[in-house]
Amino acid sequence: MPSKRITIKDHTAEANLFARRTVIALFVVAVMISMLVSNLYYLQVSRHDDYQTRSNGNRIKILPVAPNRGLIYDRNGKLLAENRPVFSLEVVPEEVKDLDETLVRLQQLLSISDDDIVEFKKSSKRQRRFKPVAILNRLDPQQVAIFSANQHRFPGLSIEARLARHYPYAGALTHMLGYVARINKKDLQKLSEAGLDADYAATHDIGKQGVEKFHETILHGKVGYQEVEVNSQGRIIRTLNFQPPLPGQDLVLNIDVNMQLEAQKILSGKRGSVVVIEPATGGVVALYSNPSYDPNMFVHGISGKNYRQLLQSHDRPLINRATQGQYPPASTIKPHLAILGLEEGVITPETRLFDNGKYKLKNVSHVWRDWVPWGHGWVDVSRAIQVSCNYFYYDLAYRLGIDRISEAMGQFGFGDYTGIDLYEESDGNMPSRGWKRARYNQPWYIGDTISVGIGQSYWTATPLQLAHSITTLVNKGQRFVPQLLRGRLINGELVREPNKELRPIVVKDEENWNIALEAMYNVVNGEEGTARKAFKNTPYHAAGKTGSAQVVSIGQDEKYDKETVAESDRDNAMYVGFAPFQAPEIAIAVALENAGGGGSQAAPIARKMMDYYFKDRTDLVKNPPLISSGPAQEQLD
Amino acid sequence: MLRTKLNNNRQSTLAKIHIDGWLLMGLIVLMSVGLVTIYAAGGQDWELIQRQLVRLGVALFVMFAVAQVPPMAYRRLSVYFYIAGVLMLVAVLVFGVVGKGAQRWLDLGVVRFQPSEVLKLAVPMMIAWYISRFNLPPRNMHVLVGFILVAIPTLLIAKQPDLGTSLLIASSGIFALFLAGMRWKLISFIAVLASGFTPVMWYFLMKEYQKQRVITFLNPESDPLGSGYHIIQSKIAIGSGGLEGKGWLQGTQSQLEFLPERHTDFIFAVFSEEFGLIGVLGLLTIYAFIITRGMIIAMRAQEAFSKLLAGSITLTFFVYVFVNMGMVSGILPVVGVPLPLISYGGTSMVTLLAGFGILMAISTQKRIMSRE
Repeated sequence: MPSKRITIKDHTAEANLFARRTVIALFVVAVMISMLVSNLYYLQVSRHDDYQTRSNGNRIKILPVAPNRGLIYDRNGKLLAENRPVFSLEVVPEEVKDLDETLVRLQQLLSISDDDIVEFKKSSKRQRRFKPVAILNRLDPQQVAIFSANQHRFPGLSIEARLARHYPYAGALTHMLGYVARINKKDLQKLSEAGLDADYAATHDIGKQGVEKFHETILHGKVGYQEVEVNSQGRIIRTLNFQPPLPGQDLVLNIDVNMQLEAQKILSGKRGSVVVIEPATGGVVALYSNPSYDPNMFVHGISGKNYRQLLQSHDRPLINRATQGQYPPASTIKPHLAILGLEEGVITPETRLFDNGKYKLKNVSHVWRDWVPWGHGWVDVSRAIQVSCNYFYYDLAYRLGIDRISEAMGQFGFGDYTGIDLYEESDGNMPSRGWKRARYNQPWYIGDTISVGIGQSYWTATPLQLAHSITTLVNKGQRFVPQLLRGRLINGELVREPNKELRPIVVKDEENWNIALEAMYNVVNGEEGTARKAFKNTPYHAAGKTGSAQVVSIGQDEKYDKETVAESDRDNAMYVGFAPFQAPEIAIAVALENAGGGGSQAAPIARKMMDYYFKDRTDLVKNPPLISSGPAQEQLD
Repeated sequence: MLRTKLNNNRQSTLAKIHIDGWLLMGLIVLMSVGLVTIYAAGGQDWELIQRQLVRLGVALFVMFAVAQVPPMAYRRLSVYFYIAGVLMLVAVLVFGVVGKGAQRWLDLGVVRFQPSEVLKLAVPMMIAWYISRFNLPPRNMHVLVGFILVAIPTLLIAKQPDLGTSLLIASSGIFALFLAGMRWKLISFIAVLASGFTPVMWYFLMKEYQKQRVITFLNPESDPLGSGYHIIQSKIAIGSGGLEGKGWLQGTQSQLEFLPERHTDFIFAVFSEEFGLIGVLGLLTIYAFIITRGMIIAMRAQEAFSKLLAGSITLTFFVYVFVNMGMVSGILPVVGVPLPLISYGGTSMVTLLAGFGILMAISTQKRIMSRE
């Protein structure tokens, strides 16, 4: 039998070894447990009072302290947006012995409605324990006084004050200034993504629209911190550490609030907008859209009913017509096209055409009509602007072609954002071949070009773009971004915001600017000027251009009768201009929806605005007139 | 004679179903204490209690089932458990599911589980089986092989990264080696090596957040609102509990939500706040009772495999308790280890009670040799 080596285990010896090791292990366990226990003894007995104090008696909390929002002034120092104290009545439900009984007594004292009580009960269920819940949100001073005198009867209740935004000029500034309202989930998300949610920890409101939104970062400031000792009631006992918040900067705008109020008065009852810009800097002196609404409604939370009213109103007050209203510019762009034509050599200052009222092209059946059915007769570029001759421009556009027009008008800023400090801006539309192919998948037709020549067809622009293009004209090519922000107040001193320049328009012949500008002078002052009636007897020299934008196309042989056509089909009245002619201080654009003719409806608005602007000026001299009203018209016998 | 007979009868009823009475009693008491504390810590959320009861029920069932299996039956299978566990760890690293910033899970479609849980039992089993094949005390060579067997899963788990669990699994294997009679010279040698390795670990192997935990541990006040917040609030909770505690449901640190993770890792702080040092001593007594019972079971076991397995399971259980209480009271850095049978949460509950099931199986083995 083969023998296998068998190792026999000595179980007893093994058991003894194991037992020894076990004893050692248990000894180590005991040592470790005593280490644990002695540390716990240290915490729970030796340092007990200290920890007790820290937890039960008093607690340290770090409270964020909201920065004060910067104020907003107009260029003359008038306060447009301020912060006012608002009082609310709050309670920590866990601190009140009998909440229902307390509420009953409270109702007797302050006449709180039953609905408010129901609301309060609902929100207190949602709130975390030991955190305050609001019973009443906006106490008037009388309620504050009554409660304060009786506060001792209501332990656990307190009046809390915070600052809320207020707009003294209400609807006169809404679209431009915007408003602040409560931070909602979407706002929080955006703040989180930008890493700013800690900064807004104590902030209630955020800019939602207009300047308030665009310049939110400057206006908000930076949060501060208060390290406080708080007792188990949540009441602050004392402040341990305070890092003051950095208040938001006060802003000064280029806006003149008096001009805004004037615009509000003048545009009352109409749907339309006014934009006034300083050509020298790009500063926006006025930007008003009608109808408007009171922004104070939003600050404390607009009611569902009121908001629906705004949304569903036929006149759409929520739209900023000055920056978002897209209208065909109509004849207002004739000066711009004139410069292009002169630069390209397609026309010269001496070029003359005979306008018989009907523009025809070879082999094309369509007839493009002038707005004077029998035509204006002989016109050159200057007269064509003065009387707003369509025939001349049909021809000019035809010979320029859409590509050159599109490119040049793009240089004036059409079809692009102006870069104004508002988020609510539209870029309008500057049509081109590529655009039409992409949008409608159709080729560009000659007829489209011809309509573009008088500022119709697919071309749309906002009143802001129009005003901006006039400042470029007035500046003879130098372009400034329109700016609402004039500067910030730092230590009481105004620190100006620098002007922002865009790529200027460079021309071959500087004289071409003058031809257009002088023609615009004649629009207002010449014998045939389409705006002469509106600007009669102004104490200043003005210049401009009228426009009547078709909203609905008229059939070939029909006539446009402003009396009988429905209001929604009536032309939009447009006007652009500037003054004083010799040294322009303001450029203006007016657009009225469905109002009729530019000369009869829009120009008077511009006149009233300019009258107001120049009302106390003694340095302007009207007589004698500067420039003759253009070459005399030759008559065909 | 009569007395012995009666004892035998009593033992044999429970022993027939392979339940160790003392152990069971200790575990039930612990679980009850746990439920009471979770109720306070979780803001009196009854749903939490219900869910925890379900978990406890499932785990007890597992324990009962495992207790029915005589340890000799799976002694031979230890190697396969170990290999399977290591393969699963590799699988996790290759295509594991990421959760909470670590790759620890395997998704089997129907169920998700952490392979490191399997290894909590497979490693001590493997070591116990390996070492018990030889005469004890083992030769140094065998011990070194044992270390290698421990090192493989430890490194794989540490790579997930899950430093805490890897160290606990390493210690369970090392306990088995120690109890088997590893020579003192070797122990001191390894100890010196380990302390020499620590700076290497710090500078080259530890991740930033792990290092941050150690720094915070050494000086929690350096970052009171960030990483130090946990431990400061925890110490406040414990310290303010005092000798007698604030009373059940009266702990302000937890009720006012100052203390984070209070129904999971930091539940000991809630317990200390509400039941005081007296309560803590009582809790420690229960744990000590269970541990003592476990070591007695180990000593009474019949052969080396069972002894080593029982011993290492019991000592590892103690390490969990010590590490959690230590981290919560500030004498160890925060490692994210729950307090066994008290903390809310079920992942390790099943493994834990399976281990106790093994203990019970060992305890109720048919005895050939009796020390009584």
